[in-house]
Amino acid sequence: MSTGRILALIVALAAFAGGMFIGKNAEKAPVITTSSGGASYVAAGSMNASGELVSSGSSKNVAGPADDYTVVVVEDGQSIQEAVKAAAPRTTIQVMPGTYHETVYIDKDYIRLIGVIKGGSRAVLDGQHTMNDAILYSGNNIVIEGFLITHYKGNAIMGQGGNNFEIRNNIIVDTGVYGIFPQLGQNGVVELNVISGIEDAAIYVGMSDNIHVVNNEVFDSVAGIEIENSRHAIVEGNHVYHNTGGILAFISPGLPIKTTYDVIIRNNLITSNNTKNFGAPGSTVGGIPAGTGIMIMAADDVVVENNIITNNKTVGIMVVDHNTAAELTNVTVDPEADPNSDGLKLLDNLMYNNGYDTIDAIKAIMLTELKTGNPDIFTVGPSRDSCIINRHRYVTVGVDDFSECAFTNTDTIGNYLLPPVAPRVTTADERGKMAYLGVCAGCHTYTGRMIGPPVKIIQALYMDDPQGIVDYITAPVKKRDDYPEMPPQDYLDEETRLAVAKYMLSRRN
Amino acid sequence: MVHSVLLVLLTIALLSPAQVQPVFELSELCPPGFEKTSGNACELRTMYQFYDSLQGRGVGGTRTALPPHRDGFSPQQIDLGRYLFFDPALSGDGSISCASCHHPDKGFSDARALGTGINGHQVARSAPTLWNVAFLKRLFWDARAESLEEQVQGPLFHPHEMGNSPRQLRQTLNDNATYRDLFQQAFGGAESAEIELPQVYTALTAFQASLISLNSRYDRYAHGHHASLNEREIEGMNVFRSFVARCAECHTPPLFTNQQIAVIGAPEPPGRALDVGAETTYNAPQLKGGFKVPSLRNITQTAPYMHSGRFDSLRETVEFYTKGRGHAVPEGVKLQLHWHIWEPNLTDYELDRLVDFLATLTDEAFKPQIPRRVPSGLTPIDHPPATAVAHNKKTSKGESS
Repeated sequence: MSTGRILALIVALAAFAGGMFIGKNAEKAPVITTSSGGASYVAAGSMNASGELVSSGSSKNVAGPADDYTVVVVEDGQSIQEAVKAAAPRTTIQVMPGTYHETVYIDKDYIRLIGVIKGGSRAVLDGQHTMNDAILYSGNNIVIEGFLITHYKGNAIMGQGGNNFEIRNNIIVDTGVYGIFPQLGQNGVVELNVISGIEDAAIYVGMSDNIHVVNNEVFDSVAGIEIENSRHAIVEGNHVYHNTGGILAFISPGLPIKTTYDVIIRNNLITSNNTKNFGAPGSTVGGIPAGTGIMIMAADDVVVENNIITNNKTVGIMVVDHNTAAELTNVTVDPEADPNSDGLKLLDNLMYNNGYDTIDAIKAIMLTELKTGNPDIFTVGPSRDSCIINRHRYVTVGVDDFSECAFTNTDTIGNYLLPPVAPRVTTADERGKMAYLGVCAGCHTYTGRMIGPPVKIIQALYMDDPQGIVDYITAPVKKRDDYPEMPPQDYLDEETRLAVAKYMLSRRN
Repeated sequence: MVHSVLLVLLTIALLSPAQVQPVFELSELCPPGFEKTSGNACELRTMYQFYDSLQGRGVGGTRTALPPHRDGFSPQQIDLGRYLFFDPALSGDGSISCASCHHPDKGFSDARALGTGINGHQVARSAPTLWNVAFLKRLFWDARAESLEEQVQGPLFHPHEMGNSPRQLRQTLNDNATYRDLFQQAFGGAESAEIELPQVYTALTAFQASLISLNSRYDRYAHGHHASLNEREIEGMNVFRSFVARCAECHTPPLFTNQQIAVIGAPEPPGRALDVGAETTYNAPQLKGGFKVPSLRNITQTAPYMHSGRFDSLRETVEFYTKGRGHAVPEGVKLQLHWHIWEPNLTDYELDRLVDFLATLTDEAFKPQIPRRVPSGLTPIDHPPATAVAHNKKTSKGESS
């Protein structure tokens, strides 16, 4: 046995003995851990190859600088969507105060949609209870700022697949299902929004990575802030009150991305979330008991730190696994998702007057554990490798097997945002080849007769004249009696058309 | 130049129907949409390869990468698969081929509510399209197969579908000198080598994985040419992805499926018992009545719709989703309906626009050629045995025999 291994054994034995000692005396003298100073939490995988912490965070301007953007102005009475349609990437669209009744959709990159606020007056998007969503985007590097959005039936702001987004300084009132719902995106900021009257989650981060939800005020909704099937997300500095449930970190079964992990919920004020559940029948949040401060379902490595959690009548923090949730609510099963919440880290939180009117299911489990009092923290289902500090302060259920955390804070983690990533540059040559193989080859082979004439014959005709091919495919005319007329390829941009022509002329088989 | 033109003409002549003797040469070229590597593998090329997707799962918005896919087969394997696919010799009585239920002119489906197998047997579910199966993680409506190789054995050996047996299939192919030669072209090995069934599955997989449809008008819009869709179609797209209709939550671009199981409570045809679907696959009561979310690409080509072919038109199908959560669930049956099945109260106008949008997902430019002849000498696709003609006619409307 090497000295190193002997040493490790001695350390392990000492730790074991120490643990027993602490355990024996736990009733009399609780372990009091001060969270000022002490070790900081470092999430797994947040060191780079040279051992530097990469989670210290980036600027919240994840959409990149706007210095070189063209500015266009939309006046009251004009259409925002028309401006979006006309905009090239790298355009700032300033929307003047006024009332706009439209659905705005952005399927292009690098657009900043800015509601100009003048003396308290905002650009108001009003769906008049008839329109579906206010703003939809699928582009990358989208900024949406400064609007007041109300009376839509679907969502106020919804992203599908866009990365590097910033959604800030919007007021969203009485607007359908979700207030702000970025989905399937990476690297985004949701900050300084005020959202109320939403029948599902006011802020719902769905299937996304590297997200910062900060300094929002969310109230009078079924769920305040929900982090679902997402990774590397921080929820901090939010005021979350008068919802059914305050802040949720979930794996929802049945979604194509199956994990939630590395979520930090810190420095939030989560209070009086006792609103009767008015979620749609069958919705995932429809099963949340009114009076839930924080709810964690199946998510892993969730840190809860420095929150004020008060006056939530059912429980301050609830942790539940899929299997239990499936028994109690309408949550379904997902054989490909891990049903348990592992690696939870419950650091210092101020918890007061929670659980004073809790639900029967929690009371029943408290009875079996011989616990009394109003529950601050309730966990059910297996939770491996979880830890807590200062557990003696709270009325807890199900955390007896949590270890003492080896750290007390997340001070070294600024945010999980990434620097604005330069757009992937595809050369015209690459696009030309892809267009040839992915489009042209459907009608043309090199030598054989298909829907269009053989490439070899086209090569003979155009030899050194790719521009001739470009001109033809842009506006084809019928040339050959024995072939159908070619459809125009003007949907390819000019550069790609030239590249595809050159590629076609270069083919030798 | 004169020479090469002559060569072209000669090639065309060789391929013409004037040729008397059936000659089976496997193509040395990859199908459209594929690039041949120096290693004789056909690799898919699409504009979507310029994009990424979150966690590599191939779900997102307009410019999102596709899910992982199958490719890398040789041109010869793909072409051999094509012959097998259209050859009725693969069925137990030599009457039907894969293409009988997956016909290229019917969206690789069969235009029937429920499939029809040998001897007019009715199949339990609607024949799904094969377009873009290269991207699917799981096959069959109930998701019970995890690979195309596993999937093909289902219909081949089901007594009510192609009704063959592994032993007979192996025998049929090995008794056929042309197939012996073609398998040798596709898979190499000694000339005397016997055809093995895994080679059959590989070839069929290779062919099916070549059925690519990614050049619809929607795709042109997604790649940035917004004039490819008209105003009504864009309105439909915005209803489709809105959080009122929520279609895109499960039929997620770019493949227009998230490949999950969803319990939506679609009705069975009158008189048929509830199909429990994925409950059996996963042994999970919560998934009773659950089916794999189908891709909507080429959806205009594959009526009737749903797992049981219950709806004849897309209009009826989209209307199903706004007629009330669980409205078609039989009395006494408890289904745990998907959370996105709700009551969106879509207007007639919105339903019409949804149908408009769905029609922009059609692209059959890469439809493969039906071989004029197949190595067995049987009529390609359907070859009804003389004695069974009358019987088949009688049952062709989908009545169980």
